[in-house]
Parts: sequence; C-alpha cells; structure tokens
Amino acid sequence: MPVFFEVRQLVAPGDLIAEGEYIAGENTYKEDEKIYASRLGLVETENKKVSVVALKAFYIPKAGDIVIGTVVEVGFNGWTVDINAPYPAILRAGDVLSRPFRPQKDDLSQVLDMGDLIVAKIASYDRTHDPQLTVGEPGLGKITRGQILKITPTKIPRVIGRKGSMISMIKQETGCNIILGLNGVILITGKTLEGEQLAVMAIHKIDEESHTSGLTDRVTQMVKEEKAKMEENKNE
Amino acid sequence: MNDKPEKLIDKKGLRLDGRKPDELRPIKIEVGALSNADGSAYIEQGKNKILAAAYGPREVHPKHLALQDRMLLRCRYHMAPFSVQERKSPAPSRREVEISKVIRESLQPSIFMEYYPRTGLDVFVEVLQADGGTRCASITAAALAVADAGIPMRDIVVACAAGKIEDTVVLDLMDEEDKMGSADVPLALMPNLNAVTLLQMDGILTLEEFEQAVNLAIEGCKKISVIQKETLKAKYVDVKEVEE
Repeated sequence: MPVFFEVRQLVAPGDLIAEGEYIAGENTYKEDEKIYASRLGLVETENKKVSVVALKAFYIPKAGDIVIGTVVEVGFNGWTVDINAPYPAILRAGDVLSRPFRPQKDDLSQVLDMGDLIVAKIASYDRTHDPQLTVGEPGLGKITRGQILKITPTKIPRVIGRKGSMISMIKQETGCNIILGLNGVILITGKTLEGEQLAVMAIHKIDEESHTSGLTDRVTQMVKEEKAKMEENKNE
Repeated sequence: MNDKPEKLIDKKGLRLDGRKPDELRPIKIEVGALSNADGSAYIEQGKNKILAAAYGPREVHPKHLALQDRMLLRCRYHMAPFSVQERKSPAPSRREVEISKVIRESLQPSIFMEYYPRTGLDVFVEVLQADGGTRCASITAAALAVADAGIPMRDIVVACAAGKIEDTVVLDLMDEEDKMGSADVPLALMPNLNAVTLLQMDGILTLEEFEQAVNLAIEGCKKISVIQKETLKAKYVDVKEVEE
C-alpha cells in the first residue's frame, strides 16, 4: 500500500496520491484501486482516509449551514437570495412573516428589499432542488449594521480554528461579534470602528496564510500588536 | 511575407526556426492572469499568445439550456482580428466554431460534470497572436483555467500536435510548417490516466507515419504537462515560501 505524497504536500488534479486499501476522502477519486487528487490542494490523511484540502473552491449548500446572502429578487411569495453558490437560494414569505402570508395585502419589499443582507440557515437542499432558506431561529434575519467580508469558502474552518480557538480569540481581543457564513461571507459587528477594523485585518491574514502552520499564534500576536498601536494613537 | 522558404528542413535536419524534428517550441505559462474570472491562464507557445478564462459553476442563462443531471460546459474559441497577418473578421468563422467544439469535447471527459447538476461552466479562449497549433495551446490553457477555478477534475488535459513536413514526422508544427507541410495530427491527453481526449488528422499519412506521429505527440504532451502542473502549483508555493 504505497503512499506517493507526504502530508500537507501540494497536489494538482490528476496527481496520484495513494494506491491500495485506502478510502478516497474529499477532493479525491478512486479508480482501479488508485487514489488521485481532483482539486489543487494539500494532502491530509486520517487513518485509512486520504483527502485533499482544496486551496480554491466554491461554496456548495448543505442543509443546516448558516450562510449570509444578498436579496437579489423580490418575487410573488418570497425572495431569491444570492448565497455565493452556483445555485440561487429561495426564502419563502411565510417563513419571514410571523402571521399567515396574504399575497394581496402584504408588500414583500417592505419586509426585505433588493440588496438587503440576511443571515439565514439552509433548510433543505439536494441535487434536484435549489436551496431553501429559513430565518425562523434566534440570531437569523436581516442585517442592520456591521461590516461584511468575503473570503474563500474553504478557509472558513481555518477562521474557526481548532475547537473554535481562533474565532474566540478574535472575538475576545477585538470585542466584536462575528458571524461566519459557511459560504465565505463574514459579518463583523463591533462597538467601535477600530475593533471592527482589527477583526477585518485578522481575518484577511488568515485568508492569505491559511495553508501555513502555527497560524493562531501569529494572528494573536498581530492582533495584540495592532491593538497596542491603536491605543498609542488614541493617547497622543 | 511572400518569401516562401524552399526547404522546411535543412541539410543538418533542422527546421526553419532551428529546432530538431522532435523538439517543442519554447513555452511560457501563467496561471491567474485575469482577476475577474474564477480561473484563468495565459500561454505562450512559440509565437502563439493565448488567454483562457473559466467562469463557474454558475447559473445557466438562458435557463432552458441547463441540464438536469449534470453541468453544462460551454466553450468559445475566438481569434482576435489582429492575431494574424491579414485582418481576421471578428465574427466566428466555421473554423472557430469547430475549434470551440473540439476544445469542449476534449475538456469534458476530465471534468466531474455530474457533481453540479443544473449549473454551467463557461470557458473563453482568446487568441491574441496565432502561429500554428493554436487549438492545442488553447486546450492546454483552457484546462489550466478550469483547474484554477477550483473545479474537480480527473486530470489536467494537455494537448500537442505532430505532423509531417517533407517526409519527416515532426513535433509541434508552427504556422509555415502547418501550411506547407503534408499532415497535421493534433492530440489531447490526460497524462496520468493515459487517455486520449482528442485526436484529429489533417492531410495524408501512412499507417506507420501516423503511429509515429501519435507517439511523438504523446511525448510532447507529457513534456508540456510537467510545465503545466508546475505552473499551477507555483501560484501557491510562492505564497508559502514568503511566509516561512
């Protein structure tokens, strides 16, 4: 059972990764007992499973995911939302209004208009139907303030960090509330503009350096340094 | 450009540009040349200069073209009016329509089309300067653009032509050789899987010559594939090295 690549080595589509009794994980495929990469990324192994962590990919909806989207169309009985995926998402009027929806009386653009940003959860999605959204849970709904940041969707797990270490550190240091949309859109709401800027800087750093190790420590250091600089500027 | 050379191969067995029969033209590839596209590539092969851009997977417009069970791949090969000596009309010619189809069909087997039903992938190839063998260079660049867009693929397709000039089978024909030679065999290959995705022939070859040409083209493809994969990886290796 030979393995042709080391852990964390860069592979391109078509590169042979392993041969024999291995299980093909994410971004790989198996043909004639051989496992090949199907995307550009870094090799990871876990027991018998070989997978590739993609460096560039797009968001594919999954039921239960929290996403941030933009309303692009107000329809008869709902909205079409752009969630940064190959498929447009649908949000039904009955889901947003607390009372029964009356098509003759209710003006949907009064509730959510084109260009509005929403935090939503994917209620259902499969190969044959476009994703459907829901906002019927606490913390979901229209976004009224804060900053929006877009990163590559595959890098969201890095922003969260191991057991949420990275994200909780950023939240603590900057005093911001951060909502991570799994589609690569991030909402940052802070008490001060400086705090928000600091969080944006930290996330940009993670986005750029996501494929390196010891990232949490370096980001912590950077945030602390920048924070100290901001304090100095204030005192002057 | 009326001074036609009398001989395409000189006494020493070298070609017009001094290449040996089994030698490729110098190749330069760049990945991510266009920032607006989801994936892009630029290739220079000899005097060829070609840009390729990939967009998607995205919603298909017009909607009725969307396929219920797989992704729709659309390719457009176009030559700029200034890409050749005599101005080329910008309207798509019969030849361009054919090459668009050929590029689409040579890329299709390499892409996991069934992963994303009802979506579309658009590939645009723009020839800025043409010097023979543009369909092969276009396939090489287009495959790279698709890989750069992060679309799951079985392998990165690579293409190269072989042909016959003055009774000699040669690799990677340039414009003059293509026009005055007697045959041209473009071939696209998935190198790791050893599968041919495109094989055409223009001209007359004996069975032996044909076999020789195919083998020569496969060797050429493998050489280009190495450069192709290195270039794709280099985009990220650079970032990695800066930090460490």
